[in-house]
Amino acid sequence: MPKYYWEDFKTGAVAVYGPRLVTREEIVAFAAEFDPQPMHLDEAAGRATLLGGLAASGWHVTSLLMRLIADGFILDSSSMGGPGVEELRWRKPLRPGTNIRLRATVLESRPSKSRPEMGLTRFRYEVLDETDGCLADMVTTVMFGRRQPGTAS
Amino acid sequence: MNFFEDIRVGDVYALGRHTFTAADIKAFATRFDPQPFHVDEAAAQKSHFGGLVASGWHTAAAWMRLMVDCRRRMTEEARARGEPAGMIGPALGFRELKWAKPVYADDTIEYAAEVVATRVSESRPGLGLMTVRSTGMNQNGDLVISFVSTTFIERRTKP
Repeated sequence: MPKYYWEDFKTGAVAVYGPRLVTREEIVAFAAEFDPQPMHLDEAAGRATLLGGLAASGWHVTSLLMRLIADGFILDSSSMGGPGVEELRWRKPLRPGTNIRLRATVLESRPSKSRPEMGLTRFRYEVLDETDGCLADMVTTVMFGRRQPGTAS
Repeated sequence: MNFFEDIRVGDVYALGRHTFTAADIKAFATRFDPQPFHVDEAAAQKSHFGGLVASGWHTAAAWMRLMVDCRRRMTEEARARGEPAGMIGPALGFRELKWAKPVYADDTIEYAAEVVATRVSESRPGLGLMTVRSTGMNQNGDLVISFVSTTFIERRTKP
């Protein structure tokens, strides 16, 4: 039985997950495979760009966000997945050696109208550095199974 | 897409194809998205997907690789003609990301990007911003991913 169901995510609730140390080696390894732009591979090349130094691929940041929520609650929940992402902004570069955390805020919670066994939870996720600086934030909806199924309307 | 001035709304970039092997799906998901239907064939069979599926973030990361390769080809072509090539990136973010259908093991996804808006940056007048709608279609012609992203691109003419 999962620990968390739709009922456990109340509007306004805030939780913080992590930390997770992000190393230079993993930044370069991700970039070499998926995003081989100079600012994700090399310090000197990064300094010549708007990022001002070596920084993780934005898709590495979103992938790390996924891992933080997976370990934070998704893997121990009745999650039925998410259909997508409303919006994501990359706000600051993720540098090697940063300990990131994930802050999840419940923006909205509603039962599914068509599926009484399911509820929908809209989250804001923020990837934070050690000084609570926001590196990226994202708004997305997760579908969760309900502990107590409702009635279809 | 060598400089901001070269881009027109409606331009389409064919980015090419990527095949998601079971080994690649599990390797990515083990690192970033270890839900059972991304890392374990037997568990995936029993899930509502009915088989191993790629993490949505893997489907997006594969797009990025093909986009980087496309830009690199265009830069090399410009240099071969003796023309300069402008800087592209970083991106500001994306919106309307939809994972429309699952990507199963051995699916081949064909990616494309269409320019939907261009504007000069207000904060950095030497740069423009290009907004593209990107899509990935599987071998059956079904849309599996789409999103709209905005990226800095250098202007040829500086103010």
